[in-house]
Amino acid sequence: MNLFSILGEALRALRQNRLRAGLTMLGMIIGVAAVVLMLSIGQGAQTQINQTIASMGSNLFIVVPGATSAGGFSFGSGSVKTLTINDAYAIAELPSISATAPVTSGTAQLNYAAKNWSTIITGTTPNYFEVGSWKIESGTIFTDSDLRSATRVVVLGSVTAKNLFNDEDPVGKTIRITNRPFLVVGVLMAKGQSLTGRDQDDNVFIPITTSERQITGNQFPGSIRHMLVQGKSAEDMDIAELEITQLLRQRHRISGTKENDFTVRNLTAIADIATGAAKVMSFVLGAIASVSLLVGGIGIMNIMLVSVTERTREIGIRMAIGANQRAILIQFLLEALMICIMGGLIGLVIGIGGAWLVSQMADMLIVITLGMIGLAFLFASAVGIFFGFYPAKKAASLKPVDALRYE
Amino acid sequence: MLPTPAHHSATPLIKIENLCKSYSLQDANGKTITNQVLFNINLTIHQGEFVAIMGHSGSGKSTLMNILGCLDTPTSGAYWLTEKNVATLSSDELARIRNRNIGFVFQGFNLLKRMTALDNVAVPLLYAGISRANSRKQALELLRRTGLENFAMHQPNQLSGGQQQRVAISRALVNQPPLILADEPTGNLDSQTSREIMSLFEQLNRDQGITIVLVTHEDDIAAYAKRLIRLKDGHVIYDKNNAIETTSNQSASVHAIHDHPQSNTD
Ligand SMILES: Nc1ncnc2c1ncn2[C@@H]1O[C@H](COP(=O)(O)OP(=O)(O)OP(=O)(O)O)[C@@H](O)[C@H]1O
Ligand SMILES: [Mg+2]
Repeated sequence: MNLFSILGEALRALRQNRLRAGLTMLGMIIGVAAVVLMLSIGQGAQTQINQTIASMGSNLFIVVPGATSAGGFSFGSGSVKTLTINDAYAIAELPSISATAPVTSGTAQLNYAAKNWSTIITGTTPNYFEVGSWKIESGTIFTDSDLRSATRVVVLGSVTAKNLFNDEDPVGKTIRITNRPFLVVGVLMAKGQSLTGRDQDDNVFIPITTSERQITGNQFPGSIRHMLVQGKSAEDMDIAELEITQLLRQRHRISGTKENDFTVRNLTAIADIATGAAKVMSFVLGAIASVSLLVGGIGIMNIMLVSVTERTREIGIRMAIGANQRAILIQFLLEALMICIMGGLIGLVIGIGGAWLVSQMADMLIVITLGMIGLAFLFASAVGIFFGFYPAKKAASLKPVDALRYE
Repeated sequence: MLPTPAHHSATPLIKIENLCKSYSLQDANGKTITNQVLFNINLTIHQGEFVAIMGHSGSGKSTLMNILGCLDTPTSGAYWLTEKNVATLSSDELARIRNRNIGFVFQGFNLLKRMTALDNVAVPLLYAGISRANSRKQALELLRRTGLENFAMHQPNQLSGGQQQRVAISRALVNQPPLILADEPTGNLDSQTSREIMSLFEQLNRDQGITIVLVTHEDDIAAYAKRLIRLKDGHVIYDKNNAIETTSNQSASVHAIHDHPQSNTD
């Protein structure tokens, strides 16, 4: 009997038991849909993190005031005023460092025409945009001379610009920040969320000198919230960290075994951890989904076993008129395989649809790759063959006379 | 392809020597007990013969037929089918023999459910490796010969018993086997329909030289055969040609009793 005829026989058997085949298929559908959905969510999270990291700037340290907290990764609260602008300038001179950007920040009320918007106001140096890998959408960033003369100029984050100006071009307009007029010189390109999930685009940037003298005020002149430090090369990050630490200890007169009053964090290392976490998450999600696929497979095995028992007489008749063991084996295996492949296809469609729905509703990035589809399909077929084999083997190894006599 | 009518000098189609069959069963205490069903059967059937096997219920007729049909294996003894020693054949070779050399007709028809008469008849051809289209063409031709072309698209449960049995006979014939084994083919049919089925067998035997071995309980059915074999408790007690036998001449005309009848384990 050629394979094509056996395929026909298997299809006929499935059609004769539509409801049962459908219910069995449901197990497969749910399994494959879950796998596709989970993989696409996991892959999406990974891609999102990679994008964030790519937008973060390379070879980056963040130096915050205060000692390392017990948790290790809580970003500095800024309550301790041990870091200064001059620290940042001094670090910039280190051989392994290419640039630094000191940052102060606070919240402020913005006005343009009738619109109000409250947001974070960041005081920094022009270096900041280069170091933090910000790109300009329109206009320019503020300059070193703005910094020196503490001019009232401002660069808007894309979300802030959108909220204050809608579709109007903000460049050249004057907004009021805590009631002082500021000239908008530029608008930044959108960057999305930071690693910690903060919207980085709802933000305005002014020269740190302007900020200190005119906006936030400062009880501790020259102190900063944190600074960004960019190393010259990825290989020398450890050396750079050592140099920063030594220099700051020296400048802060910390001797011997006394604890640092600042913390240097390697953002690239944190990014690696985040990437690792996302990988683990997609793996765990995939593993959980695979369990449902496994359950679906056991369902198939169960149904196929029932089917073999129920059709023992049919098997006997087929053997009596010339079916060999291989023909019976292939027929039952194909039945299981077809349930899996059809269920797999439907599950694939549902999984992709579900992923799309999730991306729409939860505003999550979803990534579906061809490899994922192939994997789900391969997995479904493997489940079919694995769980279909035993019942098929059982059917094929029946003795013709026993099968025929079965009531 | 088809064998010519009987010429007993040629090598026999079926040759059985000292064939025994016993079943092992577990009794209520879990002890294994052996139940011997066939005792030292010796039998030779040539091409073109038309043999009826009779005997009381439980005498071993179906057991013998199943062994003849390569559906079951004997416990001991030898069985040659067209010179092949069946014991030496692989399960694939046995399947091939059942497919090409033997046509089965059962008391309960044994058609495949929810499948048209046409497809039922075509299945042995599919197993013989013939394409679906060609199989159906040949199957339709056979249904035409058995007078069922108008029922080709009917499923078994839409057919009468006689029609179902004719579909089964068509299926048995479709690969043009030299041997038809029929275990009580008229057991579920009324006498009129039984006569029609038997005429069909008679015609197949006469016109195409197909060897037919059938099991029956009815004397008038056995009368269609050219040779009668009687089984009693697993022994051949009667084997005679061209006889419409009666119970009275049973012991007198035995010419094929072998060895000493062994004690029955019952
Ligand atoms: N699979 C089996 N296991 C155990 N014993 C069996 C089996 N098949 C048949 N037998 C026994 O073998 C004996 C002969 O059975 P068989 O079916 O050959 O009788 P039969 O002559 O065909 O009877 P009937 O005319 O009723 O069909 C019986 O006693 C039966 O109980
Ligand atoms: Mg019987």
